[in-house]
Amino acid sequence: MKTQRIIFPYAVWSLLFTVLPLILMFTLAFTDSSEKLTIDNFLQVGKYSSVFVRSMWLGGFSTLVCFIIGYPVAYFISKIHVKNQGLVLVFMMIPMWMSFLLRTYAWITILENNGLINTFLRSLGLGEIRIINTQWAVIIGMVYNFLPYMVFPIYSVLAKIDTKIIEAAQDLGANKQKVFSKVIFPLSIPGVISGIIMVFVPSVSTFIISKMLGGGSNLLIGDLIEMQFLGTTYNPNLGSAISLVLMVIIMICMGIMNKFDSEEEKRQAIMM
Amino acid sequence: MKIISRIYMTLVFIFLYAPIFVLIAFSFNESRSRAVWGGATFKWYLRLFENKEILTSFSNTLILAIAASIFATILGTISVIGISKTNGIVKKIIMSVTNIPMINPEIVTGVSLMILFVMIYNVTGILEPGLTTLFIAHTTFCLPYVILSVMPKFRQLDPNLYEAAQDLGCGPVKAFFKAVLPELIPAIVTGGMIAFTMSIDDFVISYFTSGTTKTLPLTIYSMTRKRISPEINALSTILFGIIFILLAVINIRQIKSDNLKEN
Repeated sequence: MKTQRIIFPYAVWSLLFTVLPLILMFTLAFTDSSEKLTIDNFLQVGKYSSVFVRSMWLGGFSTLVCFIIGYPVAYFISKIHVKNQGLVLVFMMIPMWMSFLLRTYAWITILENNGLINTFLRSLGLGEIRIINTQWAVIIGMVYNFLPYMVFPIYSVLAKIDTKIIEAAQDLGANKQKVFSKVIFPLSIPGVISGIIMVFVPSVSTFIISKMLGGGSNLLIGDLIEMQFLGTTYNPNLGSAISLVLMVIIMICMGIMNKFDSEEEKRQAIMM
Repeated sequence: MKIISRIYMTLVFIFLYAPIFVLIAFSFNESRSRAVWGGATFKWYLRLFENKEILTSFSNTLILAIAASIFATILGTISVIGISKTNGIVKKIIMSVTNIPMINPEIVTGVSLMILFVMIYNVTGILEPGLTTLFIAHTTFCLPYVILSVMPKFRQLDPNLYEAAQDLGCGPVKAFFKAVLPELIPAIVTGGMIAFTMSIDDFVISYFTSGTTKTLPLTIYSMTRKRISPEINALSTILFGIIFILLAVINIRQIKSDNLKEN
């Protein structure tokens, strides 16, 4: 079977650079610096539970905000003339072409105590608000960076909904709200779920946004991992253990979301 | 309803573009400070071309993105053909492995590759972290995107095409290049472009695998910790302008040709 050999280069590549690194990480997580087997690293992770809770809360909350802002955006885009939809999507994507580090950095200029928002508020005589170096700044940074990841999957599902189904619902007497809650929204759930996953995974594991906008006090899981590998508290074994826990958390979240998705599909199948 | 959606979309776009306007504005700012407006100037654009650190990291980024995206595109296309020849459990395993870099948080991919590279370097002395390790890392995270972009197109292909070419006297290799590849080109180009943009903007994975080599995002990062030099704003404004014009031209031409077709 000569033709099967064509998979070899890829198989070798992904074995070496995708599977092997994870195996090494796994072994590091279960050993100490003198290469003895231990679960000590995982016991140490417990000390950082507050960091995990903060990451989950900030990531989860930002995902929720992205959904609340992003769903109407996707919906409105799907409602405009088909010819212009592509153009609007391109304009949503253009900002993502600029270095995300610089865009996040620019938020400092906007949010800081002498920044644009506060200068504006002061000129109106409204006093000032403190955002920079708080959790709110981190949330703004996350929502800003990941909002398009919520809009695109929802839009692509909404754009595919057969207008005949909507017309049928209208013919059967459903008003606008009913059409939305009984037809459009249920059909868009797969898009919502991929949007949630695409926003939640990067926000829960980010380490730049919190560093730049959150000041020193809003340590996240990503920062914690970075510190173990390149920071002052060099400890790859602990870093690997934290990374493994992060992977497991994300897998569990994705499992829950996918279960939700397949149950929704089942419900729809029954309804049909 | 229409008015509400217009206002809403305008607000969202202001939110998305606000930092970009800030960057562009400050690339013309006479003052070095990001808080003070010191009048308009072009001097940062001129200084940009004297700033060795920025120019070197920019050329590193370009070389890396071109090399990694071309290599990932070729390897990815070959993989799609290879994957199509497998079935059952083997196919399932390969597809799950392909998904790993996409599902895993970037930081985990970066850290795990760093562990591998450091270990190889400590044991054998080869593969010192630098452009080579960056190339491997970027190829690895770009591959799934190429594969997922080419695969659906390859599945849609008429298998008779390949056989017909062979019946007409082509060898297997020639039949592939003459009959199959031309059909795949649009999907391959899309995959390559995704890979290129992912590579050019990657920070997290590069951060862990670069050693002392600097790509543009890494230079920007090290600057944000001290003070951003306004030349960076100038460079991003130029890049932003190029992309903006490019996309605008492509889309306007698209719309015009669509209109022509309708008439």
